[in-house]
Amino acid sequence: MMNIDYSQFLNMIPEVTLMAALMIVFITDLFTAKKPGEARNRNWFNPLVCVLMLAHIFINIWPTEASTAFGGMYMTNGSVGVIKTILAFSVLIVFVQSREWLQREDTNFKEGEFYELVLATLLGMNMMVSANHFLLFFLGLEMASVPMACLVAFDKYRHNSAEAGAKFILTATFSSGVMLYGISFLYAATGTLYFDDVMANISATPLCILGMVFFFSGLGFKISLVPFHFWTADTYQGAPTTVTGYLSVTSKGAAAFALCAILMKVFAPIVEYWQIMLMVVIVLSITIGNLFAIHQKDLKRFMAFSSISQAGYIMLAVVGNSAMSVTALSYYVLIYVVANLAVFSIIAAVEENNGGVVNMNAYNGFYKTNPRLAFLLTLALFSLGGIPPFAGMFSKFFVFMAAANGAQVTTAIGATIYAVVFIALVNTVISLYYYLLIVKAMFISDNENPLPTFKSSYSTKMALAICTLGVVAFGVCSIVYNWIHAASVM
Amino acid sequence: MEYSYSFLILLLPFLSFLVLGLLGMKMKKPVAGLIGTAVLGVLWCMSLYTAYNYFFAEGRGADGLFPTVTVFNFTWMKFTELLTFNIGFRLTPISVMMLIVITTVSFMVHIYSFGYMAERDENYKKEEYEPGFQRFYAYLSLFTMSMLGLVVATNIFQMYLFWELVGVCSYLLIGFYYPKHAAVHASKKAFIVTRFADLFFLIGILFYSYYVGTFNYDLTADPSLVMKLPGAAYFLPMSLFLMFIGGAGKSAMFPLHIWLPDAMEGPTPVSALIHAATMVVAGVYQVAALMPIWVAYAPNTLHYIAYIAAFTAFYAAAVACCQSDIKRGLAFSTISQIAYMLTALGVVTAMEGEGSVGYMASLFHLFTHAMFKALLFLCSGAIIVIIGSNFKEYMGGLHKYMPITNICFLIGTIAISGFWPLAGFFSKDEIVDACFHFSPYLGYFMTLVSGMTAFYMFRLYYVIFWGDSYYEQDPDHRRKPAEVPFIMWGPLVFLSVISIFAGWIPFGHFVSLDGHVEEIALQHFHFGTTAWMSLAVATIGFALATYMYAPKHNPLPNKLATAMPKLHKAALNRFYIDDAWQFFTHKIVFGCFSIPIAWFDRHVIDGMFNFSAWATQEGGQAIRPWQSGDVRQYAVWFLTGSVALTLILLCI
Repeated sequence: MMNIDYSQFLNMIPEVTLMAALMIVFITDLFTAKKPGEARNRNWFNPLVCVLMLAHIFINIWPTEASTAFGGMYMTNGSVGVIKTILAFSVLIVFVQSREWLQREDTNFKEGEFYELVLATLLGMNMMVSANHFLLFFLGLEMASVPMACLVAFDKYRHNSAEAGAKFILTATFSSGVMLYGISFLYAATGTLYFDDVMANISATPLCILGMVFFFSGLGFKISLVPFHFWTADTYQGAPTTVTGYLSVTSKGAAAFALCAILMKVFAPIVEYWQIMLMVVIVLSITIGNLFAIHQKDLKRFMAFSSISQAGYIMLAVVGNSAMSVTALSYYVLIYVVANLAVFSIIAAVEENNGGVVNMNAYNGFYKTNPRLAFLLTLALFSLGGIPPFAGMFSKFFVFMAAANGAQVTTAIGATIYAVVFIALVNTVISLYYYLLIVKAMFISDNENPLPTFKSSYSTKMALAICTLGVVAFGVCSIVYNWIHAASVM
Repeated sequence: MEYSYSFLILLLPFLSFLVLGLLGMKMKKPVAGLIGTAVLGVLWCMSLYTAYNYFFAEGRGADGLFPTVTVFNFTWMKFTELLTFNIGFRLTPISVMMLIVITTVSFMVHIYSFGYMAERDENYKKEEYEPGFQRFYAYLSLFTMSMLGLVVATNIFQMYLFWELVGVCSYLLIGFYYPKHAAVHASKKAFIVTRFADLFFLIGILFYSYYVGTFNYDLTADPSLVMKLPGAAYFLPMSLFLMFIGGAGKSAMFPLHIWLPDAMEGPTPVSALIHAATMVVAGVYQVAALMPIWVAYAPNTLHYIAYIAAFTAFYAAAVACCQSDIKRGLAFSTISQIAYMLTALGVVTAMEGEGSVGYMASLFHLFTHAMFKALLFLCSGAIIVIIGSNFKEYMGGLHKYMPITNICFLIGTIAISGFWPLAGFFSKDEIVDACFHFSPYLGYFMTLVSGMTAFYMFRLYYVIFWGDSYYEQDPDHRRKPAEVPFIMWGPLVFLSVISIFAGWIPFGHFVSLDGHVEEIALQHFHFGTTAWMSLAVATIGFALATYMYAPKHNPLPNKLATAMPKLHKAALNRFYIDDAWQFFTHKIVFGCFSIPIAWFDRHVIDGMFNFSAWATQEGGQAIRPWQSGDVRQYAVWFLTGSVALTLILLCI
């Protein structure tokens, strides 16, 4: 029997603390859980989980040094540390915001399940971004996928939720299959699954390219890039709103970061090929996401298409293949987290207080009855649309910079990258149009019966406060970008 | 010495602005005013304390110079190692001096506004504070913060940032009485003209940073910058001059001065603070802060400033001679005096010795002028409160009714006219002296203008306080003037005292271009020819004004006006400069550029956008069936996409 050097675990503290948090939650839940219909008050449970999450963030926010563990399968460095912190931060907001929803009669007996599932997916995502070997990567991915399907189907007695869960798991399985197929091609071509060795042996043969595209398809599914995006709208619409928020930011962010790292590292020898591939996919994602978003009436479905378009912008950072790429991508994800979760917090609050209303028309005249929420939603939408001085404008700016920085106008690919940046710029105008549609509905459109005034819970207020602070301050305070940048170049 | 408290100098007024701006409407009006004033009081004390520390407690360093202290300086955005956007707090002799000027005048204005911004009954008893009182104090706080940020800037970019902020505050305060059409027009005019000038400032900064590779004032700080200088030598003069155009806009140099007289539509305390003492000298401060670079790399271009400013001084003095709106008269006087300061900066030829006197003289005049011009404006505000009008026709003979204001205004007038021993004499004669060193012609010219200054200021004084009394012509139907309350005359007396004694400050001990002590000969009773000459010229101006305007029923001024109708009319209409701009913008810019561009915009650009909007809508409709909800179909699309991508890559 082989002896394991347990000190290696010290190199993966984020995973260890996360695991610890998961175990604490699990055991606490086991002994205090209540059965359906039983009247037992667990007001302290949500704060406990949030404090655990906060502790996890606090332990891991400090700069990470580059190191490997377990024979080089696990790898971490500064930028990986940063993205893990960002992901944990997004989960914290989701937890804070979920309190109101989890206090409901039909959900509160499975409150613990929600936290456990989310923490499990987060653990999977951490493994995914830290992987240095295709198998570990795949395990991480699946670990993030399967509990996610449970989360989507969390309201299993609601038809929509169950259907969304089924669709999600079916397409996820399919995409995993395609991805494994791609990995097997890569193995066939290079004879190894270690990232470093694959990179050393890869070349622009049809087999490698086929492997790369199939591998990419699997991740494209997670990020919901066109044409792997079809599940997005149905799943986002059907899943409980809090889960949709989680799905739209955390899962996407983790996959985007992993894809960025792998493309820039493993597939570096065939950089022109994946640049072209990305450009095609980005243009399609941004444009088609926008085109679909314009006609949506259901706000959650609308956010699904908006998120497809945003995914295109996230990947735009990678196309440049420049030193800025990782920083710009992580920063974009962070800003996207706060802005998108702000929107979902408000959608969830409205839904909770008005019997499940998610239709855009219902928001007509929202400003008259709930001016504060309308104002905050406007800020978040402005940030998503990239209006200065909100954070979204800065994150878009850096993404465009990252793309343009890596491009040389004299080469054909460089010129094409500039063209893609231009198309993305034009598309921001379109996206502004549909984001402003909601603002218009809230502030300008008349409505005989606007949604009644309601008082949102403290947890919603706190989640909104965190998000709004991020939307307003993360852009203007350069310290946020500098923090990410400093960690990435370390 | 520790200056770590100094971040409060920027933070406090900003917080006061936030509190008053967000919660002001929920407070009682006096509470809001008190908050603003209390903050300013604290700032004033902190500035005095800073100045005491900087000049006395800490004193000169081992090299005999006052050190440049960068209290904090954090990077907001980084382009290269040297090219960074920084926000910081820097103490130099001139920025400490400006701290004193800004907080002193601002504090006085805050106090004074309690009296000015009130509605009064028949007997001048206060009934209620004006509507928007809280907003007024919120803007004043914001302005003070911005102006302080401008002078303590550690680099040109920070200066520009706060530069624009003071512009915004000026806009907001000029348009404070926004229901009044004239106020709205004036605020727009001020904003557009200064913004137009600021565009050149920005271009100058971009040139500067591109060729020099930094936003810093100090070019010798880093060896890699010094390496770049030969290449930049050709562009430095140009970029400096472009920056000066921005300064000329703010400091109302000809022909960009047109906004300042109109800016008098704002409340008078604002005119005293922003449009007399602080913001309008931003241009002077900018040139002074960059003076080492000017002298080293653009000495010839620097003299253009002197010529422009000298002409402006003469022009504004000529217009001031026949204004009947007292605030506009003072506004032209301000333009003329700022032009004095810039002339003095423009005649600097060397970093030390005779050639550098202009620098010290200019900043000395900035200091004294801020005090006595604020005093004059606040006095005119007191008169306006009592009379209810800006026009001299409604005044006259007020010395009987407003004794304190009378004395204060007289002190201000004597000070600005340059009579010994009041403040203006010393600072202005230093400037004239510096001009004589540069060129005797310029010296004589500036002496002539100082005679005109004495003339128009005493004219203003006489038509307000002496001559025919408007009230006494019909005492039964007209309100009897009375003295203003203490809250208003208190600041007047305070500023008068400063105006009397400020001239005796050994200014050259604190501020000079090379940092070493410079003596002001006049303060030691060494009067040269220039001093006697300007005293003589000022006396002539004073005598002429006394002869023409002091007696009652003197027909001479009207006779003169009818004798030279064209000249009088031209001067009254500010020599048609406003009309020239009007013609230029309306006929040339609008006609030749704007109308064709508008057509292009409406037909071509809008058409393109309408088309793309239509195409987007239609496209959105057309692809809707793709999203069918059928999972099998999704899988097919998925696989098709992957295969298609592979094929694309293989074909390339």
